[in-house]
Amino acid sequence: MKYMNEYRDPELAKKYLEEIEKTVTQPWAIMEVCGGQTHSLVKNGIIDMLPEQVTMIHGPGCPVCVTPLNLIDKAIHLALNEGVILCSFGDMLRVPGSKINLLEAKAKGADIRILYSPLEAVKIAEANPDREVVFFAVGFETTAPANALSLIHAHRKGLTNYSILASHVLVPPAIKAVIDDDESNIDGFLAAGHVCTIMGNSEYHPLSATYNVPIVVTGFEPLDVLQGILMVIRQLEANKAKVENQYSRIVKEEGNTEAQKMIFEVFEIRNQLWRGIGEIPESGYAVKEKYAAFDANKKFSISIEEAPEHPDCISGQIMKGIKKPFECPQFGKKCKPSFPLGAPMVSSEGACAAYYHFSGLIEA
Amino acid sequence: MCLAIPGKIKSIELQHNGLVRMAKVSFGGITKEASLEMLPDADVDDYVLVHVGVAISKVNEEEAKKTFEYLEEIGELGELEDVDDYLPKKDES
Ligand code: SF4
Repeated sequence: MKYMNEYRDPELAKKYLEEIEKTVTQPWAIMEVCGGQTHSLVKNGIIDMLPEQVTMIHGPGCPVCVTPLNLIDKAIHLALNEGVILCSFGDMLRVPGSKINLLEAKAKGADIRILYSPLEAVKIAEANPDREVVFFAVGFETTAPANALSLIHAHRKGLTNYSILASHVLVPPAIKAVIDDDESNIDGFLAAGHVCTIMGNSEYHPLSATYNVPIVVTGFEPLDVLQGILMVIRQLEANKAKVENQYSRIVKEEGNTEAQKMIFEVFEIRNQLWRGIGEIPESGYAVKEKYAAFDANKKFSISIEEAPEHPDCISGQIMKGIKKPFECPQFGKKCKPSFPLGAPMVSSEGACAAYYHFSGLIEA
Repeated sequence: MCLAIPGKIKSIELQHNGLVRMAKVSFGGITKEASLEMLPDADVDDYVLVHVGVAISKVNEEEAKKTFEYLEEIGELGELEDVDDYLPKKDES
């Protein structure tokens, strides 16, 4: 197929930048919701090449970063004290719990396995019938169908030793929370293309109309992000506010209806705690009662005390776009990827880590 | 972890008594398994976007051109946009 690598063409990127420069007549603040886009913006140096009037604000879009501290403590407890095989995506391993992280738990002898897909966890459960296998199911709407599917596979196979520790976060309620926050001041949004791949664009139309903000569903390659920014600015300059789809090669208006069916077979919407931000109404998924046997939260009735965040970490303000990573007094000092105080310094999609890695501060 | 990458379906295999369609997907040299349960109409040679072992969308080749044509298009539409400026503000769509 044509057009696989062309989205990184530097010549075309330059044309987009020129067009942005020509179009913009006043200052605008644009939030990219998704950490994958933050990563692309910083890594490719787009941030520094945009005209001064365009300020990119980095949103809360990193599921790893917003997974509640308490849930990480729970995962560590399960792996360390309950003898379970805890399976997780690799990015979760270094995220600080209240005392240790999963990697340190692994060093202490816990059976923690890093997987590429939740479907592999089901295979591990099948191969270890005498052990409990728990998958740490974090993610946005993008990852929810795969996590739901793992549960359906386990159910089909009649497995009774598989469960998920679910921490799913949803993007539209987070956008709403960001707009409603008095401290934030955002003129337009780049919505996360892969979230919309699953859910479609329907939830964004009422948001855009109610708050009178342009929302452009955007991809992740440099040209995608640049085109998304240009589309938002064109709307702002023309005093328009609607939903547009930059990522139409992947995102259909209605999303992936099969995947949506899979999600709502297994999950239902609930209020969700976002690490660093607080509770956002109807912004997460819980496993339905029907599948309670596969819900690690119910299967292992563990209650772990809520622990406070590291007092020096201002990740909440970072994720709401109120402050930039380098405005954090600990950035690059007490807080580095090798010794993160907060989650955004861990994940490659976290704003603090993206700034650290790509602004000449690479650790020796 | 949110990474989703496009690859080409090389072959399809039925598992679990035909309940589950699994594909071998090639990502420029590396081949990985991906479930096609969320893309019932995906077939061999299709490009699909794969995320954590599940194919979540077919890549639409027609639409893929648009990012490259967008700049030309807005150049041509410039005049229309001016007309727009004289119309009542605020788009209803
Ligand atoms: S730099 Fe570290 S301490 Fe500061 S907000 Fe980011 S993660 Fe928290």
